[in-house]
Amino acid sequence: MKKIENAAQLDAYRQQCVAERDPDRAVIAVCTGTGCQAHGCDNVVEGLRQELETAGLGDKVEVKTTGCHGYCEKGPLALIRPEGILYQRVKEKHLADIVNKTIAKGEVLDKLLFFDPATKERVKLEQEVPFYKLQERLIFGDNAYIDPRSIEDYFGIGGYKAVTKALTEMDAAQVVAEVKEAGLRGRGGGGFPAGRKWESAAKVESDVKYVICNADEGDPGAYMDRSLLEGNPHAIIEGMMVGAFAIGATAGYVYVRNEYPQAVRNLQSAIKSAQELGLLGENILGSGFSFNIHISKGGGAFVCGESSALIASIEGEVGEPRAKHIHMAESGLWGKPTVLNNVETWANVPLIINRGAAWYKGLGTEKSSGTKIFSLVGKVKNTGLVEVPMGITLRKIIFEIGGGISKNREFKAVQTGGPSGGCIPAEHLDLPVDFDALTEIGSMMGSGGMIVMDDQTCMVDVAKYFVGFLKGESCGKCTTCREGLQRMYEILEKITSGIGTMADLELLEEMAPVIQQASMCGLGKTAPNPVLSTLRYFRDEYLAHINDKKCPAGVCKALTE
Amino acid sequence: MSAEKISNEVAALYDNNPANLIAMLQEIQSRNKNRYLPRPELEALAACLKISIAKVYRIATFFKAFNLEPKGEHMVSLCVGTACHVRGADKILTAFEGELGIAEGGTTNDLKFSIETVNCVGACALGPVAVIDGDYFGELEGEKIPEILNRFR
Repeated sequence: MKKIENAAQLDAYRQQCVAERDPDRAVIAVCTGTGCQAHGCDNVVEGLRQELETAGLGDKVEVKTTGCHGYCEKGPLALIRPEGILYQRVKEKHLADIVNKTIAKGEVLDKLLFFDPATKERVKLEQEVPFYKLQERLIFGDNAYIDPRSIEDYFGIGGYKAVTKALTEMDAAQVVAEVKEAGLRGRGGGGFPAGRKWESAAKVESDVKYVICNADEGDPGAYMDRSLLEGNPHAIIEGMMVGAFAIGATAGYVYVRNEYPQAVRNLQSAIKSAQELGLLGENILGSGFSFNIHISKGGGAFVCGESSALIASIEGEVGEPRAKHIHMAESGLWGKPTVLNNVETWANVPLIINRGAAWYKGLGTEKSSGTKIFSLVGKVKNTGLVEVPMGITLRKIIFEIGGGISKNREFKAVQTGGPSGGCIPAEHLDLPVDFDALTEIGSMMGSGGMIVMDDQTCMVDVAKYFVGFLKGESCGKCTTCREGLQRMYEILEKITSGIGTMADLELLEEMAPVIQQASMCGLGKTAPNPVLSTLRYFRDEYLAHINDKKCPAGVCKALTE
Repeated sequence: MSAEKISNEVAALYDNNPANLIAMLQEIQSRNKNRYLPRPELEALAACLKISIAKVYRIATFFKAFNLEPKGEHMVSLCVGTACHVRGADKILTAFEGELGIAEGGTTNDLKFSIETVNCVGACALGPVAVIDGDYFGELEGEKIPEILNRFR
């Protein structure tokens, strides 16, 4: 393929790609995300192709291997377009019927449709399935339309329009202003306004600047970044390009977890295609803007999700955070002005540029605009990734999209925000979810993990789990974090073993603010949250362990045997 | 291939630039059939990059992805992320440990299997999950473990 030299050539090529993708053409989009792979989707893809060949439909119907569709619970998923029929739990034995009945004759296979337990009816179309109905999949929905290895597929859905617009119709300051006006806040945890970061970095004069994509998705229970990188890598590249143009950066880094090999492969392939077309490299689209992206693979340290530790790791040092007296916008990677945003944040950027800040601001709540992707997991019926507008209630997410608690047990809590977050009890189920509302009740948005817990989950054990996790991941630089978490863990161990005392609870409450205030980075500062939030909302469980020597949920071995 | 040769080759692949040390160590480990970092390679790498061996070990011991001991032919990585934890990952760990006769972090004497726990493999909807040689096994139950392991025996 020849290099694309200007916006007109790109537009022409994009139109060609759109035209080649007739929306009325028959396509079977098979989810090949990690969840569906564990369910055996590779055999489904191969089998479908063979059945189509046998039926003589090989050149009429395309089997598209896509990234994650989100409904991991029901995988392998096959979405049949143009009708939009969703087949779930597709096995090899169903493939002949799918081709010979549904594709050839238009007969719908009831047994593969979603069964709605509420109405006792089968649901034919994806958009009618309760799991999808309440979602607003602006970012994540594209996954089902593209093969992540195909840049043409990305063009086919209007790809690289935003960067063309930025480079040809806007100047850098306008791009910054647009993102700032949109109110885009960092999806990685902190919720810091992205536009403000960009603005600071844009102001600093420097011959070299960097943009970084934080794909070190370490919060256990969150995997939206993985699914975005795997399923739609060009959206991340495009977002980074726009950001780089806005602040004047010439190079970008994607710091991605070593545990995500598929994400690395798909991103590598996407970068290569973009380079081959001249969308990454020197003088992009003849605009004079030059930019390239490198991949840096993490070494498996949770603390590297913290921005300064991540930068240290890219520089080849151990991932220890540093004090942030100097903002990264002034001195970040190799001492140069740097903007770091997470995967989902970057993925929002093309949308904002394409559709405008005013439109984007209309989504979500006043101070948290846009949508958020949550990973709805744990003891909930419909597990998977869901994208909803900010401001939706927890109840809607868990009970309508999620279908309620597994085995119809009783809801006890939902844990949000990863190890830095907290456990939210039933009394707050009607809370509209946004950055500030979650922080107010002692949890946080974090990267969007939502782990649902039922009456068989012990909250003291959960607190111990998180403290154990964090003590293992503490880099050891700050004494309060390194030693404080160790002591907290020992106390929780005592309580779950039935030898805790009331003085232990006091000690936990006394230690928490010390760890929060005297630790340098976000890991230590938020580490006591799981303990504090469970003490706040589930104190009776602690008391049952201490006074009655009982674990009400029946989890803690020493108290149940 | 000698330790010097491996290390020089890998260092050259990354421009002999010590800023790429993490990537070099990942490469050395992935080339090793027991997926670990043998001391001679690390010494050769330090010499080649003209940095101290202490600096190399500082990185090799900080990051979880690096092993300093040989690992088994098949790696069982059991996810103990939150979603897997609340769905009983600890019981699955016990089942793997019992079936293989080694503890978490250990390797069988015949260098066939190693078990490790990992924080989150990003397949939370399928918890509890284990990844064996890159293949995902979801919705695990204790009684399924022997049969799964038999596929690798």
